[in-house]
Amino acid sequence: MRRSRSAWAFVAPAALHLLVFAVVPIVYAFVVSLFDWRILKGTMPFVGFGKYQEVLQDPPFWNAMLNSAKFAALSVPAGMAVALLVAMPLASQLKGMGLFRTLYYIPAISSMVAVSMLWIYMFLPGNGLINATTSLFGVKSVDFLNETGWAMPALAFMSVWTGLGPRMIIYVAGLLGVPPSLYEAAELDGAGAWSRFWNVTWPMLAPTNVFVLVTGTITAFQLFTPVYMMTKGGPLDSTDVVGYHVFVEAWKKFHVSTASAQSFLLLVVVGSVALVQYRMMRRQLEGYSAG
Amino acid sequence: MKTVLRYAVLTLIALFLMAPFVWMVLVSLQESKSAIPEVSKLIPEKPHWENYRTVVLSPQVPVFRFFLNSVLVAGGVVLGQLVVCSMAAYAFARLKFRFKEPLFTLFLLSMMFSGTVTQIPVFLMLRGMGWLDTYAALIVPGVGSAFGVFLLRQFFSQIPFELDEAARIDGAGDWTIYSRLTVPMSRAALATLGAFAFIATWTDFFWPLIATSSLEMRTLEVGLSIFKDSYQGQNWPLQMTAAVVTLLPCLIVFLLLQRHFVKGVTIGSIK
Repeated sequence: MRRSRSAWAFVAPAALHLLVFAVVPIVYAFVVSLFDWRILKGTMPFVGFGKYQEVLQDPPFWNAMLNSAKFAALSVPAGMAVALLVAMPLASQLKGMGLFRTLYYIPAISSMVAVSMLWIYMFLPGNGLINATTSLFGVKSVDFLNETGWAMPALAFMSVWTGLGPRMIIYVAGLLGVPPSLYEAAELDGAGAWSRFWNVTWPMLAPTNVFVLVTGTITAFQLFTPVYMMTKGGPLDSTDVVGYHVFVEAWKKFHVSTASAQSFLLLVVVGSVALVQYRMMRRQLEGYSAG
Repeated sequence: MKTVLRYAVLTLIALFLMAPFVWMVLVSLQESKSAIPEVSKLIPEKPHWENYRTVVLSPQVPVFRFFLNSVLVAGGVVLGQLVVCSMAAYAFARLKFRFKEPLFTLFLLSMMFSGTVTQIPVFLMLRGMGWLDTYAALIVPGVGSAFGVFLLRQFFSQIPFELDEAARIDGAGDWTIYSRLTVPMSRAALATLGAFAFIATWTDFFWPLIATSSLEMRTLEVGLSIFKDSYQGQNWPLQMTAAVVTLLPCLIVFLLLQRHFVKGVTIGSIK
């Protein structure tokens, strides 16, 4: 590698784009959050951290935060468990594995608008595919998207379905990275399948788990399109997640300052959750190597 | 026996994941405006392929225009990202320069900051420039990608440095090495980034929703949501037809480039 004068010419387009579409907007968003900008009225008084105080004491905003946390708690661990379960047979050297991996990935590359329309149909009471299937076992029909207790689990279920492909590929890569010698050693010690999983696979997967958990949580807090398409935050605000809440604040009510303050608070909360998860998982990692 | 069981489980999961899509296609072939079919009557006696013509040539919604917009926007973003990201990745992987490390860290950090926070200011900036409701508003913000720079840097770092040195001895400059050596040797890597950028742009809903306002500037993804609203939750066969029409281009691109997806996802996750 050599020191190069022209290096900056190569970096310039990307750096300029980063400056204009990431660095400046973040500073701009912070400045906007310090004013009370009403675009429709044309007024813009300076309020300092007033917007943050207002948002912190705003029950609908906290309801949205709580809903997002609920969505993450329902969809991320379940999504991880399902993806790992599917990845284990997929990581083996079976014939035709490429075909299965491809099939499993398709929900994740599909248009979220089309997928949302599809799942409105899946969740319909009566003839919807889920109710039609469960009715075969004598289960009573549920109007999933219109009952407060069911709408959020329904969205989480759909997210486990769409997210399976990428998560599974990451787990397959993680599983293939476990040195076979570890399994051989465990087998010599007389370890059964269950014990091999707990003592070899699970600890060796710790970095993969950290990655999937942290990125999954960040993605879960950004949920927007399915809520926009399927529930509009209802019934009774039970699916008014923070991504949708900020959208309504900014683009329906045109309260750009409030929306900016909310998005910074979201950034802080999600960043802290991700950091805590990372720390906790890392401690577990160190625990394994010490024990 | 164990192998048979494994295949059975794999097939069962595939069925679970594919059933909604199969259902979608079957419903799209029902007679337009018909009621929601019973599962037992899902396979139509006579498939109504004309639903596809009705959707594509719909008089209220310019579906073909939406499609062209999506092609143009996704194509522009893919081309832009390939050029912009590969140039930056070349510098980060192959050259030494001042502030290289902090600048690369900034790129990585920006991956976490994007999203909700930057959307309002970017919208206001583009409004100030008079770019709203134009192709520029749909393409330019997507042309750079920190993920793309990161992904290509990983690939470029694997090329042996002796090749660069040999070219330099022959009098080649950075530009020649980048365009004649690094880029041609990294076709697979560029295809990986291109595939990711295409699918992400094609399926993006939020940004075209707020950055465009006229019907003619909508992309297929936003157009589909308008199509759904124009039937107010009625006429399921036509809605499902429109959904199939939107999904198909993605599916084709994915099937053509699917092995690159596996590579991209794994490189992104394992550092």
